[in-house]
Amino acid sequence: MARMTGPTRLPRIVDVLIVGGGATGAGLLRDLARRGLRCLLVEKGDLASGTSGRYHGLLHSGARYIARDPQAARECIAENAILRRIAPATIEETGGLYVATPDDPDDYVDAFADRCDAVNVPCDDEPLAALFRREPALNRQIRRAYRVPDASLEPWQLVEANLRDAADRGSQALPYHQVVGMERNGGFVSSVSIADLRSGTIERVVPRIIVSAAGAWAGRVAALAGIELRMSPGKGTMLVYNQRMTDTVIARCKPPGDGDIMVPVHTVAILGTTDIPVEDPDHYEVTPAEIEDLIYEGEKLFPDLRRMRILRAYAGVRPLYAAAEFARSGELAGGDRAISRAHAVIDHESRDGVANFVSIVGGKLTTYRLMAEQTADVVCAKLGVDQPCTTADEVLPGQGSGRGYYWLGDRLAAHEATGGGDAALICECELVTRPMLEAFLDERMPCSLDDVRRGTRLGMGPCQGAFCTFRAAGVMAARTGGTVAAQAEPVEDELVAFLRERYRGTRPIAWGRQLQELWLSTGIYWGALGLDAFVSPGSEAGDGHG
Amino acid sequence: MTIADIVAQASAPGQPRSVGLSADECLKCNVCTTACPVARVTDLFPGPKYSGPQAQRFRLGSELAPGSGRLSVVPSPDRSVDYCSGCGFCTTACPADVKIAEMNNRARGALRSGRRPRLRDWLLGQTDLTGRLGGLTEPLANWGLHNRLVRVLIDRILRIDRRAPLPRFARRSFRSRLGRHWRGRWSANAPAPATSVVYFHGCAANYYEPEVGQAAIDVLERNGFTVIVPPQVCCGLPLISNGLYAPARGRARSNIAVLAGYARAGYRIVGTSTSCTHTLKAEYREMLDIDDADARMVAEATWDICELLVDLHAQGRLDTRFGALDRTLPYHAPCQLRSHGIGLPALDLFELVPGLRAIDLDHDCCGIAGTYGLKSEKYEIAMAVGKPLFERIRAGGAEQVACDSETCRWQIAAATGARLRHPVELLAEAYDAYLAAEP
Repeated sequence: MARMTGPTRLPRIVDVLIVGGGATGAGLLRDLARRGLRCLLVEKGDLASGTSGRYHGLLHSGARYIARDPQAARECIAENAILRRIAPATIEETGGLYVATPDDPDDYVDAFADRCDAVNVPCDDEPLAALFRREPALNRQIRRAYRVPDASLEPWQLVEANLRDAADRGSQALPYHQVVGMERNGGFVSSVSIADLRSGTIERVVPRIIVSAAGAWAGRVAALAGIELRMSPGKGTMLVYNQRMTDTVIARCKPPGDGDIMVPVHTVAILGTTDIPVEDPDHYEVTPAEIEDLIYEGEKLFPDLRRMRILRAYAGVRPLYAAAEFARSGELAGGDRAISRAHAVIDHESRDGVANFVSIVGGKLTTYRLMAEQTADVVCAKLGVDQPCTTADEVLPGQGSGRGYYWLGDRLAAHEATGGGDAALICECELVTRPMLEAFLDERMPCSLDDVRRGTRLGMGPCQGAFCTFRAAGVMAARTGGTVAAQAEPVEDELVAFLRERYRGTRPIAWGRQLQELWLSTGIYWGALGLDAFVSPGSEAGDGHG
Repeated sequence: MTIADIVAQASAPGQPRSVGLSADECLKCNVCTTACPVARVTDLFPGPKYSGPQAQRFRLGSELAPGSGRLSVVPSPDRSVDYCSGCGFCTTACPADVKIAEMNNRARGALRSGRRPRLRDWLLGQTDLTGRLGGLTEPLANWGLHNRLVRVLIDRILRIDRRAPLPRFARRSFRSRLGRHWRGRWSANAPAPATSVVYFHGCAANYYEPEVGQAAIDVLERNGFTVIVPPQVCCGLPLISNGLYAPARGRARSNIAVLAGYARAGYRIVGTSTSCTHTLKAEYREMLDIDDADARMVAEATWDICELLVDLHAQGRLDTRFGALDRTLPYHAPCQLRSHGIGLPALDLFELVPGLRAIDLDHDCCGIAGTYGLKSEKYEIAMAVGKPLFERIRAGGAEQVACDSETCRWQIAAATGARLRHPVELLAEAYDAYLAAEP
């Protein structure tokens, strides 16, 4: 940010400035745009690159919260039904099975169905014979199973679809733009300074209302407006398995804990999670103890788990909100997991005397739309706008026609229909074709390879970028124009940055085949191409989803 | 539990991994694709890595656990895997133990599951049925299958290529020629296991080449064995290759039911078809998910005939009184033999025969791969796969060529005009030559 210059243009005037480009921010942008407001969203990284892009991929039925957080459970099942309607292409209809292993408490198992009933989560007994026929990798000592409408949900496409709907109505989202200052005029934020992190320029925006949807980072955004907001970010670590040992979401019939849920998402299966409070949402590590803990618990579901290949470990930070209002009730005795997963819309007018600043905190991806709706209601009330929310009824763009839910075989079937084969592929593991890459670059250049990954799944398979990074970098370089030398340098930086990011996630689980794969990758980039890509500069946890 | 424990257990040798789970082992090194005889000659098959461990991640995970049957509730996303010939070279070549060919075979099965099979594939799968019918209607059947006009019609209607090599039915089946041999299930009255072997003749020796079965009996008896020929049906491989897993399981079950009795009693089961024996040894488990104690017992008791003879020789028990066969003998090792992982035992045996100059043709695949090269849409591919082999044989000018597998023999004979023989036929001939030379 060395080249930053002062504001030179006239400030941009918008109705609402949204800070944070995760699912909630994107959902809010859509909601407000549909109510006729002109909004701007800024995100300091790529869109959905924070918590939304680092979650486990579960569209909750609510069954996970039936005992400790019935309110969250009710919200989940209601939103689950809505998302199936408005965003089917981002959802795989996996179904969910809550299974009772010998380690799970009888009273919890016995009360499960009644508790589901109490919060309207549909729950059916799954006969064991059908369970093992459907999911033969499961522990044969499982003694009971309940079927609930869990599913898996792809976050990047969901965010993308929300933003596109907003863009169609004149509201814009800017990735790599960070709020660096807010000007307070008494009980009012009069203008906001926004830095374009790629060009280094700063722009002044004058919004009528500012909404912080910055999740775990909400405390920092609030601080810029002189507001104290204490978040309790909770780190959740997940392991990405190379293949799906299950086609159904599998969770244990017990109070939520570590390593008790496996979610098949696209080509991989994700074992989650841990829950550890962290100080700084930007700096946290995946520890060996967490990995041991996850596998130890995960084996109770899938006895063969230890022999299955892990591609990477990653962590996300939950945007938990442990405000004094919550903490006072003394409910936090159970540690981090006792903090409500429910969300809160905080109007800082009543709380802190700042009239045009609202924060949306807590919550989970499944309820992003509801969070957006409730926040938009508060915003609209402040602005005197009387427009109903339509996000629950209108299908998001890009959901296709007819076919409905995403299906694992979609990508292979599409590629096969054009003849198949490796020749047209940039990323072999995830079947990213050259046209797919080109289409993404057409829309998004300038962007990073990591953005390409979130948009296309490039580099997320077993080789973790070994065979696709140089190809994708080559395609990118060809678009930058100029001499070969002029193309080479920025692309080389990009290539190294991407491989380092991949390496960060591989390192904690680098054993067996994945370690061999890493050596193969090292041979290609270090040995053959002379790039020093595997010296990790930082120690942040690996990026989302594998 | 520590990371060290996890690592140790992750890589500890344990029970064999399921076919699907073995995709975890792939490093994407592409050795399999380089080794693939089909991908080398056509773009219609993208290669074993692409269709195998790579595509596997886009198929349902329910296949990953050992012993699981695949759910056929969703349509298969595959298409090009249909052009895999199933020769198995990829699995043999893989440095990481990925069961690539098996994965592709299962994908082909899934491709067809839930659909009515093509009449052609169904017919090609039923070698025992067609063998029996052909035998009954011989010589009409032989005339028909080798008449150009009929073949053009078959090509048009069934899509079995008019140029493809079809065998001739024998007038009398191998079994109907058997005389004094024990032909029942195992019982306490059966000949003693130490001095007997159980012969699995398969369809080829029974319906098309009874002379191979007779040669096997001659060679085994020459070495002091009593040969038992129990009731048996087709091993099921042609059904497996054509994606017809359900009837293949039926065949497997009935073979296991008979053979397990012998295996338990300590008999060795020997076959002259490397395809049948490999099916008994490995494919019942890997393709058909039949992995019970009986199936394992049968798998362990099964031997390829040349493998057994080499083993006898290693123990000093093989009768090596061979007469001279003064000729140059090109030898083609079939793909299925290589999948056994037993080397090339026929070549070792040929060295024992005076005057016989065996030459390893050293070509991976003749192209036929069971029934693959018979199909109209694949015939040209199969011929292209085998082309270097055919050229080498033609250039050498030998009258006879040896090969352990029947469909390869028919393919090579049709492509080169040479006379194709099973190694055991040559051994029988060499024993006869010795007797003839003895005063």
